[in-house]
Amino acid sequence: MNRPAGEGARVAWMLLAPTLIVLALVAGWPLARTIWFSLTDAHLADLGAARFIGPENYLARDEDGWFGVLADPLWWRAVRNTSVFVIVSVTLETLLGLVIALVLQARFPGRALVRAAVLIPWAIPTIVSAQMWGWMLHDQFGLINDLLMRLGLIGHPLAWTADPGLAMGAVIVADVWKTTPFMALLSLAALQLVPVECLDAARVDGAGAVRTFRHVTLPLILPALTVAVIFRSLDALRIFDLIYVLTPGSEQTMSMSVYARQQLVDFQDVGYGSAASSLLFFFIAACTIGFMVLSRLRPTAGAAR
Amino acid sequence: MRRGIARTGFAALTVMIVVFAVFPFYYAIVTSLKTGTALFQVDYLPQVADWENYRAVFREQPFGRNIANSVVVATAVVVVSLALSLTAAYALGRKSFRGRGLLLMTILGVSMFPQVAVLSGMFELVRGLGLYNRTGGLMLSYLILTLPFTVWVLTTFTQRLPVELEEAAVLDGAGPLTIVFRVFLPPLAPAAVSTGLLAFVAAWNEFLFALTFTLTDGQRTVPVAIALMSGASEFELPWGQIMAASVVVTLPVVALVLFFQGRIVAGLTAGAVKG
Repeated sequence: MNRPAGEGARVAWMLLAPTLIVLALVAGWPLARTIWFSLTDAHLADLGAARFIGPENYLARDEDGWFGVLADPLWWRAVRNTSVFVIVSVTLETLLGLVIALVLQARFPGRALVRAAVLIPWAIPTIVSAQMWGWMLHDQFGLINDLLMRLGLIGHPLAWTADPGLAMGAVIVADVWKTTPFMALLSLAALQLVPVECLDAARVDGAGAVRTFRHVTLPLILPALTVAVIFRSLDALRIFDLIYVLTPGSEQTMSMSVYARQQLVDFQDVGYGSAASSLLFFFIAACTIGFMVLSRLRPTAGAAR
Repeated sequence: MRRGIARTGFAALTVMIVVFAVFPFYYAIVTSLKTGTALFQVDYLPQVADWENYRAVFREQPFGRNIANSVVVATAVVVVSLALSLTAAYALGRKSFRGRGLLLMTILGVSMFPQVAVLSGMFELVRGLGLYNRTGGLMLSYLILTLPFTVWVLTTFTQRLPVELEEAAVLDGAGPLTIVFRVFLPPLAPAAVSTGLLAFVAAWNEFLFALTFTLTDGQRTVPVAIALMSGASEFELPWGQIMAASVVVTLPVVALVLFFQGRIVAGLTAGAVKG
């Protein structure tokens, strides 16, 4: 192109302007306001009356001791719940997703049908899946209790979503069901980029299926898989809807997002709730920036495209 | 012999995967066709086909209205997101300028925002614009979910198109908007369809904003309606109606996804695997 470079840049910024203005309005501004609110005593009924109170919502001390989000045991409970949820469900989703991807990669009659079936949980709205699992896990009329009792695995019906020891398990099962297809699709995309020659070479060398997978396929798909796991973990950190609907009000499953919304809306304490939301935001932002810096240092992480 | 065992094992694994994926939805359908005491009995196979729950959900709940709200909001959000992101993607994918890399990273960063992080600021904005408890408030707030995603995916697709494409148009003296909508839109159409579909699904499924920014039953979207559905008694949830409503809103989405399978997979992998 013969045009001067400055001309191209001017056109580019012009074309970008509408998108950037909208993003500033719906993302930048509300985020800035939330961080501001976290430093005030804002109340939901009258946000205009908010007064600056400094970091009191985060952590402060008076004669009664420490207070603020960071001194609230329930917040730390939410942090622990969220961590357990992310680690367990993302691990299970990655492993199951990989297994499903390996099955879908093989050629067999009815493969298209199986792929279609696997996509169904992904297409179902999270709220619908939460209600479906809530019904299947119902303590009195649920199918899961009926099935497990018929198989003799449990002696009496369990209150899956209400029992403190079981509620997190119920949330994880429902999330794994819903999100494994996504991981399977991403793993499948990575698998299909593995050069056939590599697999052929391994076969000629007499390596079995398991050895080929461990020493040839896995190292080749690992960069793409890592990216998928990181994206999925960042996504899982903000979990809200499934927990809100499947185990309402439970402290055993309360995530950081559920905690923040409860303070904001149910208790109408916008200042305190905004402090909790801001903490979650800064944590996810730190993870995201860390990941971006790392992936720039090691360019292979973005190789699967 | 070993081959036979391996083949049987593979078949069993495949069947298990299909049952695991499909069964909960199948069971929702079975439940939705039962009423009264039959609901409280576990049946693995459909015994009756009673459509009362489907009638009741439209009669006793403003569910038709909820569906209309969801359709209107999701459609508007997709149209606006696609129109904005097509021009943005052309700039990001075909022009080189200072700050491009940083801008792309920022847009990707916005798609990582936890929704709750903008909740109080968005609440203030929505109320300030007089959009509280209106579908307009949801259309506005959903752009934070869909726009970064559509920009990112369409940029990826724009980069894949051949260089020759715009050269002729540039020589003809066509303006940038003409190039975007006359030259780039036709080859990008399939990608735009899959991106739009994914954005539609995201808006259709959204819960947190819809729950927080609407107040009355008639303004709710489908996910909020299904989550908050209550029956005659405070203590017993109308499970039959909840399942009927779930089936009603899920069937079209499942049909769409199955029909556009290939394109959706292309959109998802372009959006997510590119690091």
